[in-house]
Amino acid sequence: MGNEEELNRIIDYSGRDYKHIGTRPVRPDGVDKVTGRANFGADFDMNGMLHGRMVRSPHAHAKIKSINVAKALKLEGVKAVVTGKDFPAIDPSDKIVGEVVVSFYDMSRNVIARDKVYYDGHAVAAVAATSPQIAERAAALIEVEYEVLKPVMNLAEAMKKNAPVLHKGMTTEGVEPAPKKSSNIAKRAQFALGDVEAGFKKAEVIVEGDYSTQTVHQGYIETHACVVSLAADGMATVWSSSQGQFMVRAMCAKLCGMDNSKIKAIPAEIGGGFGGKTVVYLEPVAMMLAKQSGKPVKMVMSRDEVMRATGPTSGGHARCKLGALNDGTLVAGELEMEYEAGAFPGSPVGLGCMTGFAPYNMTDILCTGWDVVVNRPKAAAYRAPGAPVAAFAVESAMDELALKLGMDPLQLRIKNAAIEGTQAPYGVKFGRIGNLENLRAAEEHPHMSVPLGPNQGRGIASGFWFNIGGTSSAEVMINEDGTVIVVTGNPDIGGSRASMALMAAEVLGVDVSRIKPLVADTESVAFSALTGGSRVTFATGKAVIEAAEDAVKDMKRRAAKMWDVELDQVEWENGCAVCIETDKHKPLSIADIAKKSDRTGGAISGKANINAQGAGPAFGTHICDVEIDPETGFVTVLRYTAIQDVGKAIHPSYVEGQMQGGAAQGIGWALNEEYVYSDEGQLLNTGFLDYRVPVCSDLPMINTVVVEVPNPGHPYGVRGVGEVPIVPPLAAVANAVSRAAGVRMGHLPISPPKLLASIDEAK
Amino acid sequence: MADIEFAAPRSVREAVKILAGAKGKAKVLAGGTDLLVQLRAGMVRPGLIVDIKQIPELSTIKKGKKGFEIGAAVPGAVLGANKAVLKAWPGVIEGLELIGSTQIQGRASLGGNLCNGSPAADSIPGMIAADATCKIVGPKGTRSSKVEDIVTGPGKTSLKKDEFVVSITLPERPKKSGDAYLRFIPRTEMDIAVVGAGVSLTLDKKGVCTHARVALGAVAPKPLLVKDGAKALIGTTVDAAALDALAAAASAACNPIDDKRGTIEYRTKVAGVLARRAAVIALERARA
Amino acid sequence: MAKHHVTTTINGDRTEFLCDTEQTLLDVLRDELGLTGSKEGCASGDCGACSVTMNGTLVCSCLVLAAEAQDAKFETIEGVASAEELHPIQRHFLQEAALQCGICTPGFIVATKALLEHNPDPTETEARYWLAGNLCRCTGYDKIIKAVMNAAAEMRGA
Repeated sequence: MGNEEELNRIIDYSGRDYKHIGTRPVRPDGVDKVTGRANFGADFDMNGMLHGRMVRSPHAHAKIKSINVAKALKLEGVKAVVTGKDFPAIDPSDKIVGEVVVSFYDMSRNVIARDKVYYDGHAVAAVAATSPQIAERAAALIEVEYEVLKPVMNLAEAMKKNAPVLHKGMTTEGVEPAPKKSSNIAKRAQFALGDVEAGFKKAEVIVEGDYSTQTVHQGYIETHACVVSLAADGMATVWSSSQGQFMVRAMCAKLCGMDNSKIKAIPAEIGGGFGGKTVVYLEPVAMMLAKQSGKPVKMVMSRDEVMRATGPTSGGHARCKLGALNDGTLVAGELEMEYEAGAFPGSPVGLGCMTGFAPYNMTDILCTGWDVVVNRPKAAAYRAPGAPVAAFAVESAMDELALKLGMDPLQLRIKNAAIEGTQAPYGVKFGRIGNLENLRAAEEHPHMSVPLGPNQGRGIASGFWFNIGGTSSAEVMINEDGTVIVVTGNPDIGGSRASMALMAAEVLGVDVSRIKPLVADTESVAFSALTGGSRVTFATGKAVIEAAEDAVKDMKRRAAKMWDVELDQVEWENGCAVCIETDKHKPLSIADIAKKSDRTGGAISGKANINAQGAGPAFGTHICDVEIDPETGFVTVLRYTAIQDVGKAIHPSYVEGQMQGGAAQGIGWALNEEYVYSDEGQLLNTGFLDYRVPVCSDLPMINTVVVEVPNPGHPYGVRGVGEVPIVPPLAAVANAVSRAAGVRMGHLPISPPKLLASIDEAK
Repeated sequence: MADIEFAAPRSVREAVKILAGAKGKAKVLAGGTDLLVQLRAGMVRPGLIVDIKQIPELSTIKKGKKGFEIGAAVPGAVLGANKAVLKAWPGVIEGLELIGSTQIQGRASLGGNLCNGSPAADSIPGMIAADATCKIVGPKGTRSSKVEDIVTGPGKTSLKKDEFVVSITLPERPKKSGDAYLRFIPRTEMDIAVVGAGVSLTLDKKGVCTHARVALGAVAPKPLLVKDGAKALIGTTVDAAALDALAAAASAACNPIDDKRGTIEYRTKVAGVLARRAAVIALERARA
Repeated sequence: MAKHHVTTTINGDRTEFLCDTEQTLLDVLRDELGLTGSKEGCASGDCGACSVTMNGTLVCSCLVLAAEAQDAKFETIEGVASAEELHPIQRHFLQEAALQCGICTPGFIVATKALLEHNPDPTETEARYWLAGNLCRCTGYDKIIKAVMNAAAEMRGA
């Protein structure tokens, strides 16, 4: 296909030279992670700790009539048993309203059921005992009497007029006039531009399609785990693996009725999250067990528990209609989608509506989304939440349009690409973006010129994600020997320590080997929002840069003092203070300044607590080649190329890794991953045997083209990288398979039985 | 919950005695790649686990008059490295080696795969096609059984409570013969077979098939010997028409279920496809 | 019933422990011996995060009963690097950025070491199939395969 340099490229539009940024040093936490020394959630113990275990509902939908814990409490070694009754009441109005609503009332009921269970695996009680074996026996002794209700397992059933209602009193928001009848439809969201009807009247070609995806799980390899202690004075320590120690603290405080100051949350190394560890499941329960027993409590989920009771992202259904002129110009687009929220409202359908058409310059658009509750686990964030399902529908429809117009699918996208100044469907006008640059890179990539053989097909798809900023804090501390510690409050989920060190190195002008980045607990750094939303390198990076600049400012002041010159005579160059007035003063390195710091005012550090604005929207375009076996429906991914505008790659290897990993997850979503439930609502594939994530032999090398169109909102141009790469692959794969098979595969996953049936039907 | 006892006998005799004396339910542990999963999931809770891997006979491969006698607990990694067995019965080895990952191959064995009694067991169709037999011991002594008579239904075998399989015998490989096993899974690795097909055939000097055995997995409550499949091949040069007849016979023999791994319709169709493809490979090997 | 007293060798050191029948080798490594480098991702042999070698053969420690460890020799991730330096495989994993979260990494390194002892010059396809029992959800395997191939080349002296 081409040599390594042609396949994997970095295309820099910044025209700026950096000394440290863009290099590829070994990550600071690397040695611990290749030698088994790094401590993840389950790798930590506390002295005298107990082992907790959850009791989970075997029913998808039931009323809890009674819970009898007497037998369990009598078992020798059992020290605590908690049920929903042990948790404080939370007001239903206690919620954070954003694009995705976070309701503490619902969260508390998700963590441990009260009067009803809403899905197979819903926690109903928990025990703590002196050994895991005793805890397991005790859990089996807890008697729960259920009144089993008819479960509502999918969108179509849930939206039926006479469907069993999960939450009595829940009515559909966003509909006028406000309905009074209880419904499983929690909300309608709508985003519109121009006049969609008028747009379709102009259209010379119209395509319309029906698309669906299934519930999928983030599939992190590390299961949820925590150790919690609560001393007699009410001071708690929570060790856990999450995407945010401050999130853990806040949610434990809310759900257990405590003050933030009483909880110290220590971030463990995190073994994958992808959005799924942005909420708590175990920590508040372990807290209440620790409170009752007076001892630390460790809880570790099994894989089965992870699949049944955490994570998944919404399955969705979409209708997409596109109108175009004969030359390919898009004139109208309509997207209507329903997403499964799981047991409680709050699917990311609104985000799907905002993102689906974002890669295109369209003036007349209507997007409608419905948030629907079903008896499945409450949906959690998963990489660009909401966007992949919408992009699957829109990008599949774009492929249909290209076929109908007889136009190259890449040229169709180039013709309609959103660029700087394009009005985005969600309200803003795009600033400088790299969408067209991605498509041009795709056009030039050697992948596009590889000839296809029989039963092979090539799929193209684009995708969009906002990327976010938000609150981040950082401190840069200069040690007395001139080495540096960079403290932040964001768990390192994929190499962020390395990028923090690189950005600090660029400001300070010293080698990264002299910088130690640290992820601090909630008592050692000021508040920082979650590791999520592709925000850490952008927002926390910005905080690190500002903190490092603050430290430089202080060091310049110290140098001025040491030289006895005015501050404006001191500049910072190549890691040294230099005096511009005279050359009689030798430049002072950080070590020189640090050594004398006691004489110039004490220890040196810089600090920044910011709410980072100016996040850079980003796009990706993926190319996928497949070969299908027309007799079995098996799909082989032959070649894959991911192209993405990242703004600036601080550590290119970890940027490429995000693109490759996102593509792999998207390929799994497209081909084989799905939740399979029994008719009664029990999850049938609770392990990695039948929840089929891609294995090493399933995938080819994944080429990456890192496009760097700098984000003006970040000093080094960073946009963020983690989420965009999971947006295009669903359609890229489906478009490739559809072209190879000659039949539109609009329903994921494209498992072999489904593909074979479609091929046979089309014959 | 009572404790589980554990024993690791050093001889067949000792193992027989331990099993015969077991009070509750006893489970024989070979590679453990199914048993440990079932234990963890709470699907089984035996009173006794008997590890048979310390018994020399269970872990050796012998070439005798009747063919290869393969200890029931010989793991895939060891059997796959045995060049003589690989040359004689590549299809049987293919079946065993398809079970799970490299890690699983370090443990999984023909005997364990057989006695776990899964209809989808990857090594069983190849063994049935090879007309393999197994040596079974119990308190009443030693008996022999054809492999196709062991599994009687999902998780069920014809072994008595206190019996276990010592070895599996693959017959002497006839001249101008070949075998092959293919399975279908949704990924390239790590799945349970959705359909499995084993074919063994022998040709005469003119290239006419004189003997054949066809077996299918994952398409019925137990692995199937498909006699009509063999009939479709015997007396032909295994040409396109014979292969079509084989595929039709294979599909006709299926009695599958709909589950999370495949549909009835899918399994029935793909059984024919795989039987045909396996026969083509077996034919190439017979001609080589 | 009393616990089993097991004597075994782990990373060259004679080790004794007590266990119940249902405890796996992984349970004992992590909970009794403090060797937490081997991870539990599934406890069913499907993810490979607990990979160790047993008498030189690659296995999932979650699928070995601790009681079976009597007289056996094990190597775990904790035994791969020496006090002075990392193993070339570990070094290449770091150089290629073949890990993101790092939870699967110990299992991959142990499995790769077993691969290169078995086959010093694997093709990319051979490496991918050998490692198919080690799940990684972060990397898409690309950089892992590059690290494996580079380590193989270095270890062959190429």
